[in-house]
Amino acid sequence: MSDIVRLSIDGQDVEVPTGASVAAAIAHVGLHFRSSVSGAPRAPLCGMGVCFECRVRIDGVMHVRACMTVACEGMQVHCHD
Amino acid sequence: MTERYDVLIVGAGPAGLAAAQTAASRGARVGLIDAQARAGGQVWRHDVRRTAPRAAREAIAALRSVELLTNHQVVAAEPSALRVETQQGSSLLSYTSLILATGARELLLPFPGWTLPGVTGAGGMQALVKQGWPIAGKRVVIAGSGPLLLAAAATLRAHGARLQGIYEQAPVARVHAFARQLLRWPARATQAVALRAQLAGVPYRFGTFVRSAHGEAALRTVDIEGPHGTTRLDCDLLAVGYGLVPNVELAQLLGCATVQRSAHPQVQVDPSLRTSVAGIYAAGEANGIGGLAVARLEGAIAGHMAVGDTAAANLLLPRRDKARGFAELLATHFSLDPRLHQLADAQTLICRCEDVTLGELDGFSDARAAKLATRCGMGACQGRICGTVLAELGRFSRSGSRPPLFPARLATLAGAATFPLPTISTEVADHE
Repeated sequence: MSDIVRLSIDGQDVEVPTGASVAAAIAHVGLHFRSSVSGAPRAPLCGMGVCFECRVRIDGVMHVRACMTVACEGMQVHCHD
Repeated sequence: MTERYDVLIVGAGPAGLAAAQTAASRGARVGLIDAQARAGGQVWRHDVRRTAPRAAREAIAALRSVELLTNHQVVAAEPSALRVETQQGSSLLSYTSLILATGARELLLPFPGWTLPGVTGAGGMQALVKQGWPIAGKRVVIAGSGPLLLAAAATLRAHGARLQGIYEQAPVARVHAFARQLLRWPARATQAVALRAQLAGVPYRFGTFVRSAHGEAALRTVDIEGPHGTTRLDCDLLAVGYGLVPNVELAQLLGCATVQRSAHPQVQVDPSLRTSVAGIYAAGEANGIGGLAVARLEGAIAGHMAVGDTAAANLLLPRRDKARGFAELLATHFSLDPRLHQLADAQTLICRCEDVTLGELDGFSDARAAKLATRCGMGACQGRICGTVLAELGRFSRSGSRPPLFPARLATLAGAATFPLPTISTEVADHE
């Protein structure tokens, strides 16, 4: 198995170590994970699946917690939906 | 689809791991559920770039006959069964005995700027970094309270962070008094000394706290309030946590009684860890913050109790009671400065899901009325962040737990074993 996983964050290719979270992959691109109901940029707060600030769209599934999801080969991640 | 277990355990941190290994060693069919992708909980969270501590590796290796169910999120309780959701579908796990080892989360307090990207919990940043968050070369300010700050700082530094300082709110006299008490706990003292050595050269200041954070699209500076006034620091990340809060939502959903010894509830258990509901036990942080040693002992106690061996459980009680004593020490010495409850102003967001400010919550004396009028607590975190904040600030306590325990897919609630598309890919492909 390779040490590196490749995935796409808003169309940008990112490489992270195997086992890394989608949150870590997004952080390689930037810190805008989602937009709040009043339009402010947000990024992870709790890092452990409680706050839901890191929720993004992964492979078409809405509202997935990026911090709880292991980055997988070919994943398509979309932020600030 | 229903799977049956003699003993089902929720939470694969130190308490849940000890419970699982204990119950399985007695021949019980044991299921160990965790919402995360790997066992270990928070304190033993897997680090994708570094080797785990030996105790953690041993505890996970010892599972053998236990069915470890990671990526399983509990969403609802049914009679003697839990409904769980995975990335692919849902299932019902039934049990004879249930052990709640749901652990704790960080106490996160609001201050102007706390919603800026780049502001995280202290344990939160540690967790993110362990899972590959790019931190090398980043300027990080660590703040809040308690020994967890040092543990987080050590992890961040090991991954190449440029630590700008550790800002502890407790005054220097109380931290020194704590250090003197540590002599009664040699293992803890050794650990503390080792952590300080790893953090050589990093400023560690007492009686100081983050007053506000500033930036446009992301964090740029923080204002630190100390005994000699306010200092502005440039940084890329702020990791700030004020201790821990027990996770009691599942216990409440199951009808287990809770008690309050602080602003936050903990599961009510008897000395042998029975909750108020027959057949349900609770171990570790959920019963009140006690730390790693308590969690491992209570896990073993609950494991024995769940298979009916009260005598074996009783043998461990004195050690557990002594370990709980350390937690009392922590709570006393790192109690929060009342000024921390005054940092948020009328414009500071309290409910981060629905963007509700503290000012909008003036005049409400209970969570339900506030929710109906402002939407505070109605978002995806279900009040885990804002409800805890409001209880800590002395406004009002959180309302009780209702299903689903976490946001769930409709297919889960409909009992679908396999989700219709789309689903998240889970393959880690081979490049060779």
